[in-house]
Amino acid sequence: MSAPASSLFTPEALAMAEKLGLGKGRANLDEFAATLGDLARADRNILAVTSDSRGSGKLAPFGHALPGQLVEVGIAEQNLVGIVAGLAASGKKPFGVSPACFLTARSLEQIKNDVCYSDVPAVLVGISAGVSYGALGSTHHSLHDFAVLRAIHNLAILAPADNFETREGVRATARSSGPVYLRFGKVPLFDLHGPDATFETGSAITLCGGNDVAFIATGETVVHARLAAGQLSEAGVKARVLSMHTIKPLDVDAVLRAGRECRAVITVEEHSVHGGLGEACAAVLLQSGVAVGFRIVGIPDEDTVTGSQADIFRHYGISMEGLAMVAWNLLAL
Amino acid sequence: MTDHELALNAVRLRQRLLRLIANAGAGHTGGDLSCLDILNVLYHRVLRVSPATRDDPDRDRYVQSKGHCVEALYVVLSSCGFFPDADLDTVCRFRSPYVGHPTRKIPGIEMNTGALGHGLPVCLGMALAAKMDGRSARVFTLLGDGELAEGSNWEAAMAAAHHGLDNLTAILDHNTLQITGPTREVMSNEPVGDKFRAFGWEVREIDGHNYAALTRALTDPPGRGKPTFLIANTIKGKGVSFMENVAKWHHGVPSEAELALALGELEAAEAAMRFTS
Repeated sequence: MSAPASSLFTPEALAMAEKLGLGKGRANLDEFAATLGDLARADRNILAVTSDSRGSGKLAPFGHALPGQLVEVGIAEQNLVGIVAGLAASGKKPFGVSPACFLTARSLEQIKNDVCYSDVPAVLVGISAGVSYGALGSTHHSLHDFAVLRAIHNLAILAPADNFETREGVRATARSSGPVYLRFGKVPLFDLHGPDATFETGSAITLCGGNDVAFIATGETVVHARLAAGQLSEAGVKARVLSMHTIKPLDVDAVLRAGRECRAVITVEEHSVHGGLGEACAAVLLQSGVAVGFRIVGIPDEDTVTGSQADIFRHYGISMEGLAMVAWNLLAL
Repeated sequence: MTDHELALNAVRLRQRLLRLIANAGAGHTGGDLSCLDILNVLYHRVLRVSPATRDDPDRDRYVQSKGHCVEALYVVLSSCGFFPDADLDTVCRFRSPYVGHPTRKIPGIEMNTGALGHGLPVCLGMALAAKMDGRSARVFTLLGDGELAEGSNWEAAMAAAHHGLDNLTAILDHNTLQITGPTREVMSNEPVGDKFRAFGWEVREIDGHNYAALTRALTDPPGRGKPTFLIANTIKGKGVSFMENVAKWHHGVPSEAELALALGELEAAEAAMRFTS
């Protein structure tokens, strides 16, 4: 046992971020709350609905500025999703904000029936997703949300990687006429995009090109893939990094191009290795007859190791060093 | 409609729904018959909604939380002109939109329901939206006895009172039976009125087959700042002697002989009504 790791990044990874010119961003959750506030000021039908989660959702300023647009339902996630569906069916654009672990497990039936099957333009925002709650343990981890939500028809699933993707993802979601699930962690990360970046739901963003190995990463693991590509580049290995901010609908073309053009494909997600991005990509590749070296990096199907989010990431190789190692091993085959 | 006209309509709708269930080979006969009078009064006297106004943001909303009794809703909506009666010959058929639970694909239906414990939270959202927009729309849901064991109802019961939603009415189709048997033996919900009263609701209790009482209870102004819980005491299988208060008719489908027997009773009742007013 050791003291909890406080940073997701080793000194070497931080040095690589600096070398790549990645600026420091704020937590995506902060960016989400600020963007939602901006949108809500311009449109009184945009609402935040919370389950005693306005603090953890960074929505206290929203509540102060727009008290008539924040609905508190108490710690009752099933009720929250039902209410959100009813609001959405009545002309509102509600963003139901609750920890991903509770929102997508306890209220799964409400998501399936009241939101997706009823086809209302509701938004579900899973906060502190994946292993963001770290040492609080598995009750508070959401390693299942991609898997269960992917199997439900009529739901877009977005996991933004940085502040840019968060901002654009939230804006696109506000315009959407169908149900959307947004997934956020809670620690500040790096900005991964330049000023010319464009965002479109369902279209992966290529952060860097290369045909030796492709990292297809999602959400707040993308930064680690980007850093790993930087490290591999110094050894002459050209890695492609795709930020797959939309898990569903999946950018099938980008996955197929990666599989056909690169010698190996590595998927990365803060999720169980079952049922998430990795298996989605595997299905796409296999059913198109693309045989390529392939690894799914995520949280294995076991009693998750205890510790901080940083501890858990490092243990399972969701780090610059861990991902570069997976690439070396695959390319050596 | 007068009470007499409503009663005449109801006895005809009971015949229609039994023919519908027999034709579909599926349905929740007992509960359909117990809630039919409630729906008849709601759609013909209370709800400000019609085929012409079904998308009007000011319309009243009805969400059938006990979605399994969709056949009663189908026949009542059809009688209001939301869709042609002939559509009901397709219930439960391949590719028919008329499935065995409510969906928004059917004109007049507000929400897809069927899993229990969903209607009240959804209605809470609708009632909140109406309040936010300053609309006078009222929101109604219909709950079943067995359904009250679902915890989400109680989350919503707490929240509706907290938010002071006096534009929300939850009606309990209180026939006291569920699929396994009497609710008091399976999982008692009594004293159900006291429970909702304790949660901060205004509670009313009436005979759920009495049109005047239903009308009064559904149209009298609600308690200020309080949602209304209406206990409608009903009889499962109401209107058909051999189906009344028999749990097996929860989802029993009448055989040809049983259908003929039931229709005979209802036709006789209808004939008798023609000579009274």
